[in-house]
This record gives sequence, structure tokens and C-alpha cells, in this order.
Amino acid sequence: MNPKPMLELENLRMYFPAKTGLGLRKPTSFVKAVDRVTLTINAGETLGLVGESGCGKTTIGRTAIRLYDPTGGRIKFDGQDITRMTRKELKPLRKSMQMIFQDPYASLNPRMTVGDIIGEAIDIHGLYTGAERTEVIAGLLERVGLAGDHINRYAHEFSGGQRQRIGIARALAVEPKFIVCDEPVSALDVSIQAQIINILEELQEKLNLTYLFIAHDLSMVKHISTHIGVMYLGRLAEHGKADEVYENPKHPYTRALLSAAPVADPDAAQAQKRIILEGDIPSPIDPPPGCRFKGRCAYAMGKCAEGDPELTDLGGGHKVACSLYV
Amino acid sequence: MKLLQIINLHTSFFTHIGEVKAVRGISLELSHGGVLGIVGESGCGKSVSMLSVTGLLAETGKITEGQVIFEDRDITKYTDKQMARLRGNEISMIFQDPMTSLNPLLSIGSQLTEHLIKHKRVTRGEARKRALDMLRLVGIPDAEKRINQYPHEFSGGMRQRAMIAASLICRPKLIIADEPTTALDVTIQAQILDLMKDLRARLDTSIILITHDLGVVADICSRVAVMYGGLIVELGPARDIFYHSRHPYTLGLMKSVPNPRTKSAAKEKLKPIDGQPPDLFKPPPGCPFAPRCDYAMKICLRAPSPFYKISEEHDSACFLNDRNASVTAPWGKEGQS
Repeated sequence: MNPKPMLELENLRMYFPAKTGLGLRKPTSFVKAVDRVTLTINAGETLGLVGESGCGKTTIGRTAIRLYDPTGGRIKFDGQDITRMTRKELKPLRKSMQMIFQDPYASLNPRMTVGDIIGEAIDIHGLYTGAERTEVIAGLLERVGLAGDHINRYAHEFSGGQRQRIGIARALAVEPKFIVCDEPVSALDVSIQAQIINILEELQEKLNLTYLFIAHDLSMVKHISTHIGVMYLGRLAEHGKADEVYENPKHPYTRALLSAAPVADPDAAQAQKRIILEGDIPSPIDPPPGCRFKGRCAYAMGKCAEGDPELTDLGGGHKVACSLYV
Repeated sequence: MKLLQIINLHTSFFTHIGEVKAVRGISLELSHGGVLGIVGESGCGKSVSMLSVTGLLAETGKITEGQVIFEDRDITKYTDKQMARLRGNEISMIFQDPMTSLNPLLSIGSQLTEHLIKHKRVTRGEARKRALDMLRLVGIPDAEKRINQYPHEFSGGMRQRAMIAASLICRPKLIIADEPTTALDVTIQAQILDLMKDLRARLDTSIILITHDLGVVADICSRVAVMYGGLIVELGPARDIFYHSRHPYTLGLMKSVPNPRTKSAAKEKLKPIDGQPPDLFKPPPGCPFAPRCDYAMKICLRAPSPFYKISEEHDSACFLNDRNASVTAPWGKEGQS
């Protein structure tokens, strides 16, 4: 059976105006948060998107489900082109795509009961009413490991981990196919993170969900993902099966990123050969011409300054955007 | 002589709804040149215990019992003025968020020289010279230009370097770093950890590193104290804690982080620790971890465990280490003493 693509991004671009002239003048420069990104997530898979802050991983997640209007490129969701759909056209599709946010303290309305937080989407889409609605919400709470009678409580009565469970229940309320998990565990304590990750994995198995999992914790991403995409400054630097990317990283940036990740094992940490990158990530406003990583790259050569390398398949779906492999 | 001794330290916060016993009796020692990691989750008392050492507790916080001996001076008895003379000079702190711990209205240079002029009575010119040297030492390129810039002109990693420079400039004997890399990206974190290791070797400064990240601990610390519910539950050399832990909480913590070396095919489910950390308004009478512990015995709910000596330098506050324990510990029976 051929895998069915859930989300296809083609040359996706998302630019934000950085400087506008006075009055009604057109913006004069742009933050190229996402620049010509092409990738596919198949149904039932998890794509882990990693990269440093400001590399555009959250923007990809938000643009993919049309929380932003893309500047260019194409987004296909479950076979339909949603790039230029209007709000009205999108509404029925919104049920299928949901999001879980990073900060469980900021993403739940403190004035709403848990029941209303979860029920809001149910009401918007007119799925259930009355006793049935209450029953569904209680069922969702139990599904994420909370008690059904928590329905009348407020978010402040819960701990961080419990709030994140509420956030997951809210995402599940409309029976989505695809969930963007934007750093869902990074605000949580270590012992609680594993609880949430396990819930996400169980739900994926039971409901055949597709995830776009955005995180900067590389070992967590490795754990949950089937595929991994590494981003640098708005561009996809490497993309492939999780094991492939981890064991056989090709892009110099991926190598540095993996080598920099702390390992909770003193002997391995001693043995680890760190590739320390000099300098910081450059500004995404008018990024340097050529390869965006060249200023920090140990292998930079003449042609890196010429063209921005495109993703090339090295075989088996392991793609890398680096002149070393052209 | 030990550099720092903390003896039975208790710290509480007196809020309008009652007393929060944030630190409930911890003891530890640090020798010259050592790197001690304090690990634990939010609210376990790791930051509060170190703020108590430096006298930086919020107004509602108070040391209710215990002593902090720095070299041979009991600094819990120090006045605010005496503490101010010590802080930044002999003991300095690096905080988590370099965005908020630098003053946005002062140039980097004046924030660096401030300490020197205050503590070491050097002239402005001399202070500036040393500040430049320090910026170069922490790897800030173009120091002559950078020294006149303001924090907003620095990136996150650069700001943390500037913070480190500021904390080192008086050559303190002890640096307390509270989650110094948590707000940074991994590649920048690697730069900062490398820098700290290098500086420790060069300047012979002792470091206490507060973190929740076991990976950071594994990388840099020689000794580790694991805290839970306001208490130290396990203390020992890093390798013993990682490879021969004798406390179910430490073991649980290790198992809840994935090992990136396992292939997806061989992937195991993470083993989270069920439940929630204790409420420190009414701390439990027994072991704080007992309600979440798979191995809890009756006695664990009644009284906190004393420290059992596992080896010369390794202590664990868990009754499972007792010869008469009724439950077999996850590390087996043979180790019980």
C-alpha cells in the first residue's frame, strides 16, 4: 500500500514585513521566516521539526494549517489544495487540523471552565449538544488521563502537566486527522514530559493521527518521530527517516546540532566529539546570499556563496541541501 | 578547608496564605575547584537553596534554621552590607535569563566595571582594561566595540557570555549558575558549557550548577545532588548517580528521558513518574517522593529517610537501602546495608 500524504508543502514561503515605509508605502524588507520549503508528511507518520529559535519551525506549523496566509508556494492538505482557500471554505477542514501549544499556562483561557475550553470547538462545528456534549467532553478528559468530573473546574486549578492534557483534549475534541504539536513538552518538568509524550503516542496509535512535532529537544524528537526535518534560517537543511538523520547526518549543521545535544550519560558525554559552531544564527531579514549556513560552516567553499543549495535526494528519501553533496 | 558548607539549611516563604517550606533541611559541601550539579524539577527547592546562600531571597523568604559556612565564615549571620561585599566579589551568580538579568539602560562595559570599581577599588581606566580582557576571555569578538554597546544589541548567547564575564571579573571563588543555558539554543548551549569548563580549569573557580537537564549535568559536573520536595534525596559523584543510583526518584528521572541512541525499531515507551510533586504548604511527614514511588513501604509515609552511606562519597536518602527493608529495591538486595 502506498502511503497517503496528509500534508504536502511545495516551495512554501512565508515572509513577514520587517520594515514598512511611512503611511501606506509598501514594506521595504521582509523576515523570510520560511523560504521555499518542500516536504511531505504521510498519514500516520510524525515529522519532527528541529532547529534553533528563529529558524522558522513554528511558522511552518502555523502556515501549514493556514493560521497565516502564505506568501507563496502551495499547501495540500489531505489531497486538497488549501493555499488560497477562504475562511468559509476552510471551516469544514479546520476540524481535521488542530494544534497543541507550548505554554499550557498561556493557551487556556483562565475565565473558562475546562468543559467550555474543550467544548468551544465542538460548538463552533456544531458537533454535539446538551447531554451528549457533556458526555463527549468527559470522555475526552478521561482519554487524556484526567477525571471526567473535572469538567467544571478552571485551568488555574491544574498543574502544568494537567493543563497540557487539557490542551490535548481540546485538540482531540473535533476528531482531527492532523495535529501540529508546537513544543508541547518544553514548558514541563522532565518527569511530566514523559507522561505527555506517552499520551501523544497512544493517541496516535489508536486514532491513526498524523503529527507535525516541533521541538528543540533533540532526544525527545528522535523518540517520537518517524521522520525528521532540520531547519536553518527558514530553509530545510535536511530531511529523512529519523534513524537515518540521527545515525548518518549529512548536513554540517545537522552534525553540529546533534553533537551539541547534551546526553544524560557522563561517559558518553566525555567521549562525545562536540562540533562547536562559532557565532550565532544570522538575522532572517535579508539573509546572506548563497547557503545561509556558510558563515558558521567548517566546510564552506567557494560555491557556497554562489547559490542557495536545493534539497537533493541522496537515496531512500534522505534529502540534504548542501553543496558538499551536489 | 571546604570552600562551602551548607548545614541543615531550612528556608521558608511566609505568604498571606501560610508558610511554604521550600527548603527543608539540606546539607552539602563543596571543595575548592569542584563542580557540583543540583538537579531537580521546578519547585524542588534547588534555586531557593542557592538564593539563600547568596542572601538574595525575596522579602518574604527567610532562612529559618541552619548555617552556611563560606570558607570559615558563617554567612547566615552576615548583615546585608557584609553580604553585599561578598556577592559579586567572592561569590557570584549567573541567572537563567540573560535577557532580563542585564540592565537595559547601562552599557555592557559599565555593567562589567561596576563590580570592579565597587569591590576592588580600581580606577576606571584599569577597570575598563580588565573588562576588555574578560570579554575577550569569554569569546566576545570585537570587544572594543562591544564594550560600549547595550544589552539589546547582543544576541542571547552573547548576553550570557557577558553575564559570565560580569560574574568572573572579580575572580570569585564560587560561581552559582542557575540554569545558565536553559534559555539558549543547543548549539549556543554547547558553546557556553565549553566556555564554563575551560574557564573553570583556567581560573580555578568552583561552580554550583542548578539545572533540570540531566544532559548538562552529565557533561560538566563532577558531583551531583538530586533534590525533591525541598530535600536532597541523593548525593554523590556524577558517575555513581548516573550509573549506580540508589534512589527511586533519581532512577525515575533517568528513565523518563529518551536515549537518542536507541533505534526506532527497538524503541521502548518512556517510563514517566506518575503523579505530582508534593505541595510544600503542607509537606508530607515521610519521604516526599513516597506517594509517587513504586517501591514505597509503610515507613516511607511516616518519616523521612535518613542518609544511607552507599560508598565513601555517595549517600542516598531512601529506606530501600536498609538491610531490613521489606521491599526489594530496583537495584537488588545485595546492595542494602
